[in-house]
Amino acid sequence: MPQAITAVNDFVVKFANVNGSGSASANELFARSILRMGVPVSPRNIFPSNIQGLPTWYEVRVTEKGYLGRRGGVDMMVAMNPQTWAEDVKEIEPGGYLFYDSTKPMPSSMFREDINVIGVPLTAITNATYSDARQRQLFKNIIYVGALSVLLDIDEKEIQRLFGEQFKGKEKLIDSNVKAMNLGRDWVKQHVDPDLVKLKVRKADNVGDRIFVEGNSAAALGAVYGGATVCAWYPITPSSSLAEAFQAHCKKFRHDKETGKAKYAIVQAEDELASIGMVIGAGWNGSRAFTATSGPGISLMTEFIGLAYFAEVPAVIVNVQRGGPSTGMPTRTQQSDLLSCAYASNGDTKHVLLFPEDPRECFEFTADALDLADRLQTPIFVMTDLDIGMNHRLCKPFAWDENRVLDRGKVMTAADLDAGKTFGRYLDVDGDGIPFRTYPGTHPTKGSYFTRGTTKDEFARYSEEGPVYIRNMERLQKKFHTAAKIAPQPLRYSSPKPTRYGVIYFGSTSPAMTEALDHLEAEGNHVNALRVRAYPFAQSVEEFIHEHEKVFVVEQNRDGQLRTMLMSEFTLDARKLVPVLHYDGTPITARFIATDIAKKLSQFKVVSFEKAAS
Amino acid sequence: MTYIAKPRLHHPSLVKNKAGYTRRDYEGAVSTLCAGCGHDSISAAIIQACYELDILPHQVAKLSGIGCSSKAPTYFVGASHGFNTVHGRMPSVMTGANLANRDLIYMGVSGDGDSASIGLGQFAHVMRRGVNMTYIVMNNGVYGLTKGQFSATADKGSISKKGVANSDSSIDMVSLAILMGATFVGRSFSGDKHQLVPLIKAAMAHKGAAFLDVISPCVAFNNHAGSTKSYDYVREHNEALNRVDFIEGREEITTDYEPGTVTTVQQHDGSLLRLRKLGEDYDPSDKVAAMKRVQEGMHAGEVVTGLLYVDPSPKDLHDNLNTIDAPLNTLEAAELCPGTSALDRINAGLR
Repeated sequence: MPQAITAVNDFVVKFANVNGSGSASANELFARSILRMGVPVSPRNIFPSNIQGLPTWYEVRVTEKGYLGRRGGVDMMVAMNPQTWAEDVKEIEPGGYLFYDSTKPMPSSMFREDINVIGVPLTAITNATYSDARQRQLFKNIIYVGALSVLLDIDEKEIQRLFGEQFKGKEKLIDSNVKAMNLGRDWVKQHVDPDLVKLKVRKADNVGDRIFVEGNSAAALGAVYGGATVCAWYPITPSSSLAEAFQAHCKKFRHDKETGKAKYAIVQAEDELASIGMVIGAGWNGSRAFTATSGPGISLMTEFIGLAYFAEVPAVIVNVQRGGPSTGMPTRTQQSDLLSCAYASNGDTKHVLLFPEDPRECFEFTADALDLADRLQTPIFVMTDLDIGMNHRLCKPFAWDENRVLDRGKVMTAADLDAGKTFGRYLDVDGDGIPFRTYPGTHPTKGSYFTRGTTKDEFARYSEEGPVYIRNMERLQKKFHTAAKIAPQPLRYSSPKPTRYGVIYFGSTSPAMTEALDHLEAEGNHVNALRVRAYPFAQSVEEFIHEHEKVFVVEQNRDGQLRTMLMSEFTLDARKLVPVLHYDGTPITARFIATDIAKKLSQFKVVSFEKAAS
Repeated sequence: MTYIAKPRLHHPSLVKNKAGYTRRDYEGAVSTLCAGCGHDSISAAIIQACYELDILPHQVAKLSGIGCSSKAPTYFVGASHGFNTVHGRMPSVMTGANLANRDLIYMGVSGDGDSASIGLGQFAHVMRRGVNMTYIVMNNGVYGLTKGQFSATADKGSISKKGVANSDSSIDMVSLAILMGATFVGRSFSGDKHQLVPLIKAAMAHKGAAFLDVISPCVAFNNHAGSTKSYDYVREHNEALNRVDFIEGREEITTDYEPGTVTTVQQHDGSLLRLRKLGEDYDPSDKVAAMKRVQEGMHAGEVVTGLLYVDPSPKDLHDNLNTIDAPLNTLEAAELCPGTSALDRINAGLR
């Protein structure tokens, strides 16, 4: 028997449950109670494409240091699902802990010798107390939370407070939940050696003013703050909760106080083809509009995206990425739609992508995307993913400038037209590639034009002339360069020591990367890091690459999609960009990144024979 | 497709309507469709209808998909904004446009290839949502731009120009529109201006999803013997159920009708539709009877035309969504953004 894992405020507990058994809210309660003790947690749902009956997991990383990425490895397994027992038991780290329902005796062959086992007869306790089947199922979950609170030293008062908040005004429910929690607590106090479990939670002050929120809800709030008035969407995992959150936020903030009427319109379309069509129609007509979807939805939208690019219609598309290709892994996470979004549609098309790292940036970037779409008159993609979108993540509180106005970009008004300003819908008057537009209905005699996906001249007149076509395509390219300057800029994190090595990463990889950099640094592997936050890439991205001998590009896809884009945008020796790729559908871990980079570094550092001999 | 502007020479004797525009002000660019194309007659009917309705040209938004019919918006109401979208998906773009600004007049122009094949899904859904629009299908039963393939509205047994018989059942857009919840449904013929113009006017005054199926023969590929969408065939088989006289609410009614020959329908905006009966009793407000009559006509090989169904008090998409009266595209940050104090409360609730 290896030594029992001993840790304070730094361990991973994984719950193995059956989908639809009501475990999700109990598990979230567990995570929140630790957070309330001032200790950061990072929970993750690992769930199947199913409503009831299949296995589902909830992994809680307790991390006083605030490492919010997935760590990898499990210190304690709460094994509540017989279906997955074998693999769940196998996953526990040597010296770790297995918590299970011991109502039915199990042969010793079902256990491991190198782990600590805590059996609590949950079913027996539940059945002795409750007669109703649904109550038995739901309270069993609360009973195990109670039991764990004793084993891990979680403050029961924090759990009680959470019940109070959750069931405010429903005293009966609060009492019955407290009772269930105490059933678990009392049993453990009477039957389990308090020193058996050496994983403990201790009060700390490391949460600060941070908020705990899902990226989808945050992005939806960003759409409200950013002034979106039209949302058209089609249900698809993992983006559906974004549109639903927009609806919920709008119900709260967007109804006229006097009339009760809505200052927004949400349409659940018949498919993604229609949802992007509606967004484009609304954008053309001067409303801020967005859709939320995932990879397969993007595939369906590509023809329309090309139209919006070429006709220069603002649109915001939040892509909550999931595993592909095809239907792929609908409930798993990846960053594998970069290429399909960056170059979506036929012909020479390029689109602006934003890469938020957490819910805070989901809020910020979605609001910014609405400004950018109007400013650049083109589709803007907010490239989030399931890991950020559907998990609660601790992040900086949302912030907003009270004086911020909607940047509607270059819109010519009736007054401008009356003043005699020249209006050419596709005329570059400022040298930034961005023309002026008019909203339909602006002026009785001036400013109307015909919008189309076919080629046209500066004044929106149909033309198939080669030089006219080239002028337009070059102007669109110029506009794309303008985008690189006004989109969110990359953030650099320099190693304390000079180094020849750099790493580029983006999006949900961020927390794991931050932690991996600490690991690497601790082992003497110095690496400068650059978090890319938008495509087209800023000039500083190219400079960063040129500054280093080798640059690792960390991504959650198979083909190194960001690396491909870097190679196509800049003139580089491809060998300089070293891919670090994780794409099994689980969120990338610090362990994976640090190990892979350390291994590759050790290979680079091998001094060649010629060099040694000289 | 070329863009040819018509010379803007106005004869001084041209009569201005109440909005101060002459009929010519509702014209567009010179048509590049084939000489004799039914679509040009429909464009002319739209021009006439807009002129007679005193519409401000720039308050019209005209949207289309892809195909010969979808080129037509270039040829009418040149002072309005147009959007030539993608194949079969104009309905979604029009829905979004309508959501953004409920005050404009929406005219969707499509064809049988655009709406009955690739766009059948969006056609159905735009009707069931009740988007306030006039949706015209210029229906010729054939793909013109790609030179003569059958479309999904071609009748079974109809013979193509190359002599092939169509073996697939046809899609009847009128039946589909009624079934899907359109609140104004009519059918007409490009060759019958007297029937078509008032129908377009009534459809434009209708506050809801108005659909017109206009049989519009293709002179290049579908106007031969054996076709059921040729000028000759449609003239011979046209079974008009009624004649619509469109009367705007503010106009004095001067026409005298024989007693018992007229049904009057008052639309929500106050406009009156006087339906002159032609031969049979027909009540266009009875949805089930309308579907039955259209189906009977199809069975008998008739092209049943006229105002087939109308709900005089429809609800449109904005009614259903309870959106505010002001167009959504006019709202500014003060009305849309909840502000910093609300955000502080949100943050506090997430700890």
